[in-house]
Amino acid sequence: MTSFTVNGKAVTVDADPSTPVLWALRDHLQLTGTKFGCGAALCGACTVHLEGQPIRSCVTPISAVAGRKLTTIEAVAADKVGKAVQAAWVKNDVAQCGYCQSGQIMSATALLRANRKPSDADIDGAMAGNICRCGTYARVRAAIKDAAKTLA
Amino acid sequence: MNYDHLMQRVGRADAAADGLDRRSFLKLGAGSGFALGLFTGAVAQTAPAAGLKPQQMPAAFVRIAPDGTVTVMVNRLDFGQGVITGLPMLVAEEMDADWSKVRGELAPAGEAYKDPGFGIQMTGGSSATRNSWQQYRELGARTRAMLVGAAAQRFGVAPSACKVANGVVTAGGKRAGFGELAADAMKQPVPEKVSLKDAKDFTRIGKPTGRLDAAAKSSGRQSFGIDARAEGMKTVLLLHPPVFGGKVASVDASRAKAVKGVVDVLQVDLDRGASGLAVVADGYWPAKMGRDALQVQWNTDAAEKVDTDKLLASYRELAAKPGIRVREADLSKIAGAPRRLVAEYSFPYLAHAPMEPLNCLIEFDGSHCKVSAGSQFQTIDQANIAAALGLKPEQVTLTTMMAGGGFGRRAVPTSDYLVEAARVAKAWRAAGKSGPLKLVWSREDDLRGGYYRPMHLHRAEIGFDDKGKVLGWKHTIVGQSILMGTPFEQYMVKNGVDSVSTEGVADTPYDLPLALDVHHPKVNVPVLWWRSVGHTHTAFVMETLVDEIARSTGQDPVAYRRALLGPKHPRHLAALDLAVQKSGYGKKALAAGRAYGVAVHESFGSIVAYVVEASMKDGQPVLHKVTAGVHCNTVVNPLAVEAQVQGAALMALGTTLPGSAITLKDGVVQQSNFSDYTVARMPQMPLIEVHTVPSTEPPTGMGEPGVPPLAPAFANAIAKLTGKPLRELPFKVAASA
Repeated sequence: MTSFTVNGKAVTVDADPSTPVLWALRDHLQLTGTKFGCGAALCGACTVHLEGQPIRSCVTPISAVAGRKLTTIEAVAADKVGKAVQAAWVKNDVAQCGYCQSGQIMSATALLRANRKPSDADIDGAMAGNICRCGTYARVRAAIKDAAKTLA
Repeated sequence: MNYDHLMQRVGRADAAADGLDRRSFLKLGAGSGFALGLFTGAVAQTAPAAGLKPQQMPAAFVRIAPDGTVTVMVNRLDFGQGVITGLPMLVAEEMDADWSKVRGELAPAGEAYKDPGFGIQMTGGSSATRNSWQQYRELGARTRAMLVGAAAQRFGVAPSACKVANGVVTAGGKRAGFGELAADAMKQPVPEKVSLKDAKDFTRIGKPTGRLDAAAKSSGRQSFGIDARAEGMKTVLLLHPPVFGGKVASVDASRAKAVKGVVDVLQVDLDRGASGLAVVADGYWPAKMGRDALQVQWNTDAAEKVDTDKLLASYRELAAKPGIRVREADLSKIAGAPRRLVAEYSFPYLAHAPMEPLNCLIEFDGSHCKVSAGSQFQTIDQANIAAALGLKPEQVTLTTMMAGGGFGRRAVPTSDYLVEAARVAKAWRAAGKSGPLKLVWSREDDLRGGYYRPMHLHRAEIGFDDKGKVLGWKHTIVGQSILMGTPFEQYMVKNGVDSVSTEGVADTPYDLPLALDVHHPKVNVPVLWWRSVGHTHTAFVMETLVDEIARSTGQDPVAYRRALLGPKHPRHLAALDLAVQKSGYGKKALAAGRAYGVAVHESFGSIVAYVVEASMKDGQPVLHKVTAGVHCNTVVNPLAVEAQVQGAALMALGTTLPGSAITLKDGVVQQSNFSDYTVARMPQMPLIEVHTVPSTEPPTGMGEPGVPPLAPAFANAIAKLTGKPLRELPFKVAASA
């Protein structure tokens, strides 16, 4: 049994301690907004926030988050930055297939929380780990800048 | 090439008798449990009009809720290309619906949802908008006529006295919304003939329109195939053999079964004569731990063990020999030509690697099977699953799930992973178990699981004069056929030539004395269409060779192409001219170290021209800017066309990057994940501007045509900078000049 907090709610998961947070969220807690893309921290589709920091949930065992606080895409809009990012995503019509966008939004939100005026190089650095096979990068970049503007 | 003609023949063979269509439609309407009427919960009562097929009847496509919400059933898979918005736009336009109340929904496998031309339910060949353009507008117009009929009766006026705008019918001072009229509208006759709007009267078509699923896809709420759940569901991971076609020799599953959460390990027959093991568990992680703990001895003796280096060498030898002649030309002037160019090109196997790994939810009870999957081939998958289970197609219910990309991988003639899932479900039942199973592939399974864009080698020997006039062009293509051995073979393979291998060369728009030979070696690697199919390699060869001839004879590559195109290809010229004009090519000088590169190519009926700006940095090519000139006739949704071109360009850019290749050694795929299989990432993204040529002709598709010309335009810019042509993908750059 491993206990932690997800989106403000205390949860307990009966799973092997090696179970990645990703599968605890998806298979045990039915929070399927967080996506499986590679299982090896290479694509960013599974990005969630651990106490505000973006992590790849597919390689983070639940034992490492015991007693700590996670935020997923389902609750990212609870604060001003996450809400602005989500709104910018819709306004800029970013998604194509949409599968990677939960992870893109989590990475972008973490970037804007740390840096309200990211340069192109900052965006490259923060988003390079999030693959989009549809190639939505142009609109991802535009949406991040748009969100930054609304937060200024 | 355009697949319409050939695919129509597939359809004719498949839907043997049109007369059966209506009956099967009614059966579908009564038995499927889907709301196929004009409003939720209603069974379609509309009297079928003589001469209409199920694909033309609004009942299966349009649902109007009492609150006026209009839901349009989309007869395709949406895997990013945006049909879940684009097709409803067509219906809404002709209905004069209130766009804020329009929704899209992916249709299940069913007769009414077969492509009106192809006769199968499918998504591919950039055909959704092209083939459903007339169909969906007529559906909208028929629905509108029925709503107007109902309103006219209610108002006591003639239908011609009614006006429709924004989902409301008015006559004089009387008014009624679609939601109020829906129940009565269903009792109206379905008009057979309807008149459609003139392009000048469009209020929705052509307007930049945000995706209907944008909010769901920006909040984690969108459900994909991998998110499908059912009570009591178990997760299945399959262990495939390390070599295609290998079989289980012996297995010790004791350690796997000892993993907490593993329920069973089943041996099953797999795709292409292979066998493997299915680990059934409570969730992905126990299934994976169980799979990792399996101890298996494989028998791969009978399987050809491919080595891609050796295979390429054998392709090179083949290319020097005569193959099957695809196109004739007089080649006698090559030998004595003032200039000669001999070029060899190679292209690797490529995995599609959609972000959502392959998966499906399946439940088989012995007489019926329910499947949920992001399928590009609904009725083919339905039939293959049925055959695997000894059922009839109508005993398989296939729900189309939103898919996280696909690029061709979800359109497999053998339905590989779905048939494998069906076999697992059958074995599960044979083991005395019941309940739904969720099959999930890992990324490693995806990259090693086959069905790649086939490896190809091209050889060209060209004779030309000092002015660039081509005197003879001998072209040879070597590569596996995608379609041989599939049901498509009889229609799309002629005289031993797979047309999807030669498209882009055999039908080049350039006026050239080009002769083409092809070789289709048989190789133990499963191959498949990959976004833009044969054009992924043919456009690169043609557009870099033409550019090289122009440059080597001191001619402007744009002017040279214009001359080769001549007056017979106005759409090519319009796309090329637009890209040239918007990019500043020939007018705006670039910064030192940068060069322009150009390419134009037609695929699937649309033409895309790119003018790019590139440079060399630290010995590597860098793409800075892309200006696209696009000719896809009527632009239904400018936002979608822009997105498709941006995305296609990025996907094609990925194929130029080091590591964008699937290679095999001793029969084993050497790549495993995004660490060793390169795709484009944010830092590689250039600026991409998309411009479209104005037109009111019926639209052509845009899912694929943005792919082919990107890599050659980029290569041409780099060749201009380095003086050395690039003749393989991914780019291999010689030490800079």
